[in-house]
Amino acid sequence: MSDVVEKTLTALPGLFESQTGAAKITNRLRQLIKSITELTSKHEEENLIKRELSAIKEQVSSPNTTMKQMREIMVRAMYCEMLGYDASFTYIHAIKLAQQGGVLEKRVGYLAVSLFLNEGHELLLLLVNTVLKDLQSTNLIEVCMALTVVAQVFPKDMIPAVLPLVEDKLSHPKEIIRRKAVLALYKFYLIAPNQVQHIHAKFCKALSDKDPGVMASSLHIYLQLIRESPDSYKDLTGSFVTILKQVLGGKLPVDFNYHSVPAPWLQIQLLRILSLLGKEDQSTSELMYEVLDESLRRAEMNHNITYAILYECVKAVYTIHPKAELLEKAARCIGNFVLSPKINLKYLGLKALTYVVQHDAKLALQHQMTIIECLDHSDFTIKRETLELLFRITNAQNVTVIVEKMLDFLCYVPIKTLTFAPDNSWFIQTMNDVFSIGGDLLQQDVPNNFLRLLAEGKPEEDDQLRLYAVESYLTVLKGHTSHLPQCFLQVMSWVLGEYAHLQESVDRREVIRLLTQLLDQRSVSSETRVWILSALTKIPEGQTDLILDLAESLSSSQDTVLRQQAQELRHLSQDSQLREWVLVENSCAVDSSLSFLDGFVSEALAAGAAPYKPPHQRQEELSLNLEPYSFSLPVSLSSCSITDRQSPTLLSVSSGLSGNSAELSTLILEGVKRVWGKDGYLPQKEATAPPVDEPSAAVQPASQQEAAERIEPRPEPSTQNQDKQQLASSLFVGLGVGSSVSLLGKSEAPPPRFRKKPRPHESSSSSGTSKRSSDSSSHSSRNTTDSFLYGSFPEEEPATSISTFDHTPKSTTANGLSQNKDTKEDRHANTSQILGGDMVIVRPSTIQDKHPPSVSSDLTALLPADLKDLPHSDVISLTSDPSLSLSSCRLFRDEALLLVIFISNCTETVIKDVAVQLTCEELKVCTGNVMDCLEARSTSVCHYALLMDDPHTNVSLTGTVSYQTQPGHTNTLPFSGTLSTADFIRPLVVTTEEYGKLWLSLSHDVKQNLKLLTDAGDPLRTTLNALKDALQLHVVDIIGSEGIVACRLLSGAPCLLHCRVNGAALAMWLRSPHPALPDFILYHCQRALAHH
Amino acid sequence: MRGQESLDFAKGRRVHVTGFLTSAFTAIRHIAHAHGIECNINFKMQFMLLFSRQGKLRLQKWYVPLSDTQKKKISREVIQMVLARKPKMCSFLEWRDMKIVYKRYASLYFCCAVEDQENELITLEIIHRYVELLDKYFGSVCELDIIFNFEKAYYILDEFILGGEAQETSKKNVLKAIEQADMLQEEAEAPRSVLEEIGLT
Repeated sequence: MSDVVEKTLTALPGLFESQTGAAKITNRLRQLIKSITELTSKHEEENLIKRELSAIKEQVSSPNTTMKQMREIMVRAMYCEMLGYDASFTYIHAIKLAQQGGVLEKRVGYLAVSLFLNEGHELLLLLVNTVLKDLQSTNLIEVCMALTVVAQVFPKDMIPAVLPLVEDKLSHPKEIIRRKAVLALYKFYLIAPNQVQHIHAKFCKALSDKDPGVMASSLHIYLQLIRESPDSYKDLTGSFVTILKQVLGGKLPVDFNYHSVPAPWLQIQLLRILSLLGKEDQSTSELMYEVLDESLRRAEMNHNITYAILYECVKAVYTIHPKAELLEKAARCIGNFVLSPKINLKYLGLKALTYVVQHDAKLALQHQMTIIECLDHSDFTIKRETLELLFRITNAQNVTVIVEKMLDFLCYVPIKTLTFAPDNSWFIQTMNDVFSIGGDLLQQDVPNNFLRLLAEGKPEEDDQLRLYAVESYLTVLKGHTSHLPQCFLQVMSWVLGEYAHLQESVDRREVIRLLTQLLDQRSVSSETRVWILSALTKIPEGQTDLILDLAESLSSSQDTVLRQQAQELRHLSQDSQLREWVLVENSCAVDSSLSFLDGFVSEALAAGAAPYKPPHQRQEELSLNLEPYSFSLPVSLSSCSITDRQSPTLLSVSSGLSGNSAELSTLILEGVKRVWGKDGYLPQKEATAPPVDEPSAAVQPASQQEAAERIEPRPEPSTQNQDKQQLASSLFVGLGVGSSVSLLGKSEAPPPRFRKKPRPHESSSSSGTSKRSSDSSSHSSRNTTDSFLYGSFPEEEPATSISTFDHTPKSTTANGLSQNKDTKEDRHANTSQILGGDMVIVRPSTIQDKHPPSVSSDLTALLPADLKDLPHSDVISLTSDPSLSLSSCRLFRDEALLLVIFISNCTETVIKDVAVQLTCEELKVCTGNVMDCLEARSTSVCHYALLMDDPHTNVSLTGTVSYQTQPGHTNTLPFSGTLSTADFIRPLVVTTEEYGKLWLSLSHDVKQNLKLLTDAGDPLRTTLNALKDALQLHVVDIIGSEGIVACRLLSGAPCLLHCRVNGAALAMWLRSPHPALPDFILYHCQRALAHH
Repeated sequence: MRGQESLDFAKGRRVHVTGFLTSAFTAIRHIAHAHGIECNINFKMQFMLLFSRQGKLRLQKWYVPLSDTQKKKISREVIQMVLARKPKMCSFLEWRDMKIVYKRYASLYFCCAVEDQENELITLEIIHRYVELLDKYFGSVCELDIIFNFEKAYYILDEFILGGEAQETSKKNVLKAIEQADMLQEEAEAPRSVLEEIGLT
């Protein structure tokens, strides 16, 4: 019987789980949270929370509120506080809840207390009794909660009251209690060290606790104790070493492992303790050499956590009494960090390096190129750490260069620090220092930003700052001024002119006198004089005599600008009406709504002007007619054939000359360069490169070219790189033995960025030397070149495709040879025709087709087998000339748009060295390739993967095909085309639930009403289907009059569409993480519906 | 005076240079002191913030005593700074005299402030372990879990980090402690709600 009861009871929680308090309780909170997410403005949120808080206030003071309700109220109060609203009236109730409630209420109460109250808060005193009671409770959970709160917030003065109880817990049978007790004592030690002096022996017991958790907690205390007096704990060194050995040996339970590294946090604590103990103590250090060595050795796995341990290890090795062997190993470890492509590791590497160069400055030499790179890193944090490192290696020889770098850095500091500046005087003083020291080395935007900061502040708030600036500048000007940099003088005169009137106690004559004095100095540049004169103009009238004197003296100046200004000054000071009209005070009220134009607009509208349309709606019309010669031009125009419309370039003249009559009857527009585009003049990249140059290199047969490469000296490092090396030699001078000479020889090999797969045989230690030797050797070895190429494009079919790639001008040499970061630059330099850089996919495959190709759908039959199944667009003709005709077709792959270009040879002869180059600034670009030859009457296919990172309405592509009909005579055939964003949109298949979650997490939204298609059946369904057909959207769900639709930009940013039928319109609400994507999708939706 | 210094400086006298540079580097640190933020010189964590990509705070835990206004100011600043970081940048940034270590998980940023000399990587891994704990507890955790059950997230955090120091790094032990407390909750609740259901209260 009793068995049955027991079973029923144990089953109860499960049975009632759905209806238990837990579910109900959170109901109100859920409501609150939900209604907050639905709000659109901060103001609405404020109102809602205000209402919520007054409801809470009412409830907490009502005598009828049960403890359980109180618990729920407290959670809501915590939420309100988290949002930044004051719920301090609930603090006392939180304490009451912890005091009077059951275990459940206590849990919430204690949590609320620890979140609401600071150590110093007086209400905490009311908690002491509760804590005392709970510490003595027989319920483990209650004891745990009490200890948790004690370890977080506890009034310092009341420590003696609970101390004995907490001490007792050190010998509690439960390890969780012992652990929390240790941490509570640690907390006590931090806030009142003398209170816990007597229990040091008990800490020792905790250290030898059989539970690893308790032992680990006790290390916090020991680390603190040892940091304060390392000498008193030397005897424990052996124990710490043993513990670390055990941890390394995997003696701890497996669940302390983190990513299969045993107890990393424990290891790090121990390493820190050991480094403190071994510092400047040879005999103690000797005890730990072995275990440190093992630690270094063990941390081989490539994971953040092992690097974290390594970092501590390296620090320990360099802190304790040095041992050559260990130092060497540690230095090698740093190399792994610094060379890592992962930026976090690089950062830590720099930090480690900063630490170790204090002991051995030569270590920096090995990494000088990395340091130089980091110095120009776009990430402020990295830059800052690099400078710290440079600061540590400053010596008499490199000081000027380092200081220059520091000053560059300073340009960023001032404006950044303003947000943290403690007070105005500090800020102005700091800026004074920056200006006077940095002076004219500063970039122009520093003074500009500074002045903007001063000018843009609100009058009430920032008058203080301005006032201080005026005062401080007057003081500066009263002193010796001849050495002050020009930019500082300019800043000062601007500020004085603008704000001197704020300072009433200062005589204006004095200001004028000081400024005039500056004008007399010979060191002041004429630009600065202009600033000063402008300032003088702004100083209010009344001192006409001084001004007139000044104007008089300047009217004979040799500088015409000054003479002019002096004239203006004289007029203004004599004519006060004019002055008032010209220099209105506080005139900068900007009417952002442009309401003053309303009259004009309504007049224009009345006169029949078109109403304003936002850009994304406008583009539709614009895209039609701004590209006069693009292939989208209607064919009907072709009747007006223009025979004399030959391209101006030398290259395609031949196309006009050899043009046969068939060609002439149609409009040949393709040869015409696109000079003007939507955004104005299009810079002609292709035209600038001497056209014969590139293919002539490619003409050589492969073997011949290789031979040429061998003889050819190694290409000079790019100038950029040279600059870097020069910088390196000036920075690291004086560190090594033969400093500047050692630079090249010792330069470390930067990480190979251009490889997709690391070569397996290349271990980290050997890579340095092997690369160095290949770096310095003067010509390439064929092996390296090969392995690089195969390594980098493992999926490539060998022979033809590689050799075609091989032919791209010059760059191969550099790639194969040095495999270093130059590669990228070289590539940029050498293939400058290919704008925008990285290649995506190049897989030209030549398909021989004996039938004369007429531009038709059967071209798609030529598609490579693996692409045949993809959905594709129609084949359109791109361009043609007597020898070649080009057509293209778009293939929609999930992660990219494939642009396939069919090149057909229309002649009866072989066309050689056909190379296609495709350029598109908005898309992730593709590279060109050279095909050996194109047989007569055959067609070859090449395809490009295009990726769109940022959406654009329409993207224009331009490209050229170059080929040779006769050796040495290169023809170029330009082509262009347009792609729309719609080509890059893919359906996003999600469930309704996933959609809901995603919806909440997205930030950018756009709402707009669209046309609803009402021609057949269910309007919503019809409309959505129309959209789906046009744009490859995924219709997730249709519920009543609402529909949800999802899509994404290739495999990137999603865009969610929420559609609701609203009368005769479709209310569309789009959300996406990408700010611009909704606009573009909306635009295409509008277009699709309009065309329907 | 200033002029004198800059002249010497140009000549490359080391004394002045180092003095100047040190002052440049410690400038930020001075600000913190001017703000009256007392920081114990130990490695413990100063605070942890969880916030969404829109900058909405989801969780905040402070391990140093600060006033509410200070907390608000700090979290506003930190959130602003972290959100301004670009994806390829490193996960650390300098702030006042501390280091901010942050990591983004889906739409949620986890962000800790630690002492300047702390090992940033291990802090990063602390964040990761906390996420692992949340994930295990909620079962593939998402931002909504944390929004709606923020008190649970706090309980887990308190079992993992106590007073700014890692308390228990074993995943199993942390979750065991939480489960025990949760269990108690159910036990305490079930009979009561049965009575309520029948209408005996």
